[in-house]
Amino acid sequence: MPVPESFAPVMTDDRPATPSALVAAGYVAVGAVDDVPMLEGRRTTVRGRRIAVFRLPAGFAAIDADCPHAGGPLHDGLVADDCVTCPLHGWRIDLTDGTVVGEGARVGVHDVVERDGRIYVRPGAGDGIAGACAGHGDGTGACGPHADRPGARGPSLDGAAT
Amino acid sequence: MSHPATSTTDVLVVGGGIAGQSVCEALRDRDADLRVTMACEEPRLPFDRVSLSHLLVDGKDPEELRLRPDGWYDDHAVETVVGDPIVDLDPDAGVATLASGGAIAFAHAVLCTGSTPLLPRLPGVELPGVIPFRGPEDCRTIRRAAAAGTDVAVIGGGLLGLEAAYGVASQGARATVVHLSDRLMERQLDDPAAELLEPALRGLGVTVLLERQTRLILGPDRARGLRFADGEQLDCGLVVVAIGIRARTDLAASAGLECGRGIVVDDAMVTSHPRILAVGECAEHRGTVYGIVAPIHEQARVAAETLVVLDAAGPGMEVDHGSAGPAPGVPAEPDVGEITGGRTLYSGSILSAKLKVMGVDVVSIGDGDVPPPPGAPAADGAATSAAVHDRAAGVYRKVVVRDGRLAGAILVGDVRGHELLLDGVNNAIEVPDPLGLLADASQASPADLPDGAQVCNCNGVCKGEIVAAIEEHDLGTTQEVVARTRAGAGCGSCKPTVTEILKVVRGGRVDEATYLCPCRKQTREDLAAVTREQSLESVSELSAACGAGRDCGACKPGLAYLVSEVNDNRHREERHARFINDRVHGNIQNDGTFSVVPRMRGGVTTPSELRRIADVAERFDVPCVKVTGGQRIDLLGIQKEDLPAVWEALDMPSGHAYAKSVRTVKTCVGEQFCRFGLGDSMAAGIELEEMIEGLYTPHKVKLAVSGCPRNCAESLIKDIGLVAIEGGWEVSIGGAGAGTVRQTRLLARVDTKDEALALAIVFLQYYREHGEYLERTAPFVDRIGLDVIREHVLDPERAAALMERFRIAKAACDPDPWRERYAPATANQFSDLDGDATPIGPPDRAATLPLTRVRPTTPEAPDARA
Repeated sequence: MPVPESFAPVMTDDRPATPSALVAAGYVAVGAVDDVPMLEGRRTTVRGRRIAVFRLPAGFAAIDADCPHAGGPLHDGLVADDCVTCPLHGWRIDLTDGTVVGEGARVGVHDVVERDGRIYVRPGAGDGIAGACAGHGDGTGACGPHADRPGARGPSLDGAAT
Repeated sequence: MSHPATSTTDVLVVGGGIAGQSVCEALRDRDADLRVTMACEEPRLPFDRVSLSHLLVDGKDPEELRLRPDGWYDDHAVETVVGDPIVDLDPDAGVATLASGGAIAFAHAVLCTGSTPLLPRLPGVELPGVIPFRGPEDCRTIRRAAAAGTDVAVIGGGLLGLEAAYGVASQGARATVVHLSDRLMERQLDDPAAELLEPALRGLGVTVLLERQTRLILGPDRARGLRFADGEQLDCGLVVVAIGIRARTDLAASAGLECGRGIVVDDAMVTSHPRILAVGECAEHRGTVYGIVAPIHEQARVAAETLVVLDAAGPGMEVDHGSAGPAPGVPAEPDVGEITGGRTLYSGSILSAKLKVMGVDVVSIGDGDVPPPPGAPAADGAATSAAVHDRAAGVYRKVVVRDGRLAGAILVGDVRGHELLLDGVNNAIEVPDPLGLLADASQASPADLPDGAQVCNCNGVCKGEIVAAIEEHDLGTTQEVVARTRAGAGCGSCKPTVTEILKVVRGGRVDEATYLCPCRKQTREDLAAVTREQSLESVSELSAACGAGRDCGACKPGLAYLVSEVNDNRHREERHARFINDRVHGNIQNDGTFSVVPRMRGGVTTPSELRRIADVAERFDVPCVKVTGGQRIDLLGIQKEDLPAVWEALDMPSGHAYAKSVRTVKTCVGEQFCRFGLGDSMAAGIELEEMIEGLYTPHKVKLAVSGCPRNCAESLIKDIGLVAIEGGWEVSIGGAGAGTVRQTRLLARVDTKDEALALAIVFLQYYREHGEYLERTAPFVDRIGLDVIREHVLDPERAAALMERFRIAKAACDPDPWRERYAPATANQFSDLDGDATPIGPPDRAATLPLTRVRPTTPEAPDARA
């Protein structure tokens, strides 16, 4: 299948070629390739940042692990070819650029590289942008006051326990 | 569609507008054999003039507004003459002469000559650049001028004028509405209602000049502006005149028919000559000329009946058509019979309009008790009005009561309940409490309408007819209902009501665009067919085959259910297609933790189980222990990585309280202990739960078994409810205890507990096979229909087949997914990747959630967020 342009940083070889060079460039090894099942996400914490790593048909992708809406665990979301749906209220995040579909918000996108069967992650420089509440400026992208807004962008996520 | 020099017809319809078309259709509804000829003056077949403003706003092709396609006229044997006006009419001879020189001999004729725009006698009104707002040509001129940035002045602040101004503004040009009166739409609206239109007008950049009398249109070569009575001037490049209409009576008058403001007709729509009828804007009935569309259709139906009666009587026969009762809105006097011979006659129409003015919903019904124009006499007697007026919200709602009866209403910004009010005005209902009526109307939904209430005022379709059509023909979409009943096929303003009624009849679910994969517009049936045909066994294969689930992925749990159901659970399970709850077998909570509900069949437990649960809660510092609505115990706030350890410590199987699956069977104590018990509800509930647990379903399925009709287990609001009765059991289905509360509907009474359990299972399997994903049983039963369900689940042969497929699926399902604590289904099923040696904690919920966690186990803990 064609490689989306936005995955170019993952797939091209202008990144350091050896594990030691990757570490020197600021990457951290977070596990083996097979530690993340295809079309699922897993979380890691690198230099204090919670990062969700996804394994996609075109390669790996990494974004902030917390949904900008209500802090939902994006690594537990439903994953499509290049999109994840938050399990809490169905917000959809484009894995190629971190934008939240239809919301004007954005989560941080991080560098992720596969070398010799291992996954290396380097936290990106940019923070997420919580478009609806840019004034918070706390860099988490989390947005408490808006947590109650209707967020049913996806399927009904009826999760009542009983 | 050619015509000979002289042709002969039974009924000649003169005029190809909405009225002419409506007469043809009403006639064909009643008689297939009468020869019908429609003569259209304009060079086109009838189009929907009511929707003319659409041409202005979106530049639609006039062809799209055609009322009927060419083929309709052939199919219905309606001869048409297009672009050849009738210039002379001889009622006694029964001959109409065409401009081309041809002639049509007729037995009866219906004049549907409509109206012409009223043009004021102003100096300069004949200049180029002064146009009415009447036909597609006018729309083109207005659009062209607006697109070129020309300033447009619209004379007339009634409905038509505002529509013209809206069209201009929507093209980005400046429009000024010049209105003689002191408020817009003064015939329909009072001051507070008219005021609410102003913010919308301002928002669109439309200027309104009230109380301006135009004296002359400035020239000299073409329209350059307006001068008002006070000497003020307005520059503009185009003048649109929309001050009203005048009935076209010239042909009728020259034929010697009695004309007033229109062609005078009686209650049978017959003019002063017995073989000539008139319908629509050209006709004057009881002193009124109607300029809106709904009365036209009513008149057309009456005219069609009259024509059928006249035809049956034979040529030259005099027919006493009788007279209709009092006008709608006037209470009928008792004991005054109507000599109508079972026919419908016309007694007039309540003027009502539902429209969008500048994007604001406006409804005007009957007598709005609006101030009369200066000089005009005030209405008789004092009206009682009740109104709510919310300037900030842009809402105004008013009901008008005269002599204790509902006479009219004005609704702006919030038009809920307008159907109820129109029905009330038509029937002149008594209103002892106007404020109460106003309150009731705001709560009203189409579900509250009486069956006789007219929903489509254009085509005269009542709610009862719509409901009957939906049920009889199993209609699922608004489009189908419109096509079959014609409700909503007129001006279309009632289509939302039609949809609402459809939803009520279908139990909240309308089939329009029920896609399992909305991104690829694929329905459950489409995808099930692909799965079967290609013998697909996994979501990945299905995605590869047709793309479903690849775009946003949100439908993958639905695809996973579909694949599992089609394969009787012998599919290839893929966890990436499952919601997180089904990947880790717990219910995700608002902070990303999970809840753990162990199996407790029938809500029956033991001291040792309770002791274990208590120990686990303490050992894992479980934040909250709660009894659920389904009679289970819920441990809330468990971290994902702790799930396997918690399950191991509990040493109890999963209670499946997280999946779209069979959930709980709730029970009452029943005959084991209860002095009223008629059946062993606890044992039956436990047995039923054991038979079905672990099965996935289109949506969650909650069940209950009650030991007597006191129904203490709430069986009658469950998806499947069993109730023990004297001598047997009742099995009922399709209840709902949340959202919209619904009582179950009785499926059947059976003699024994085993029969009851078997029937419950057969229905469950039927729902598994036919339910849309995320469709609960209440809407499912409404959609499929109880009768159809009974045909399947009560038929021994079909029931046996359903039971067999159920057994296969049940045998292949996982009765306890919590055993994955020993053999994880995926890598790191419950854990994170490697990372910082000391990972930071979970997201700070204090910053992201408004809720305070209930921690009854540590009530003394200080609240850090205080």
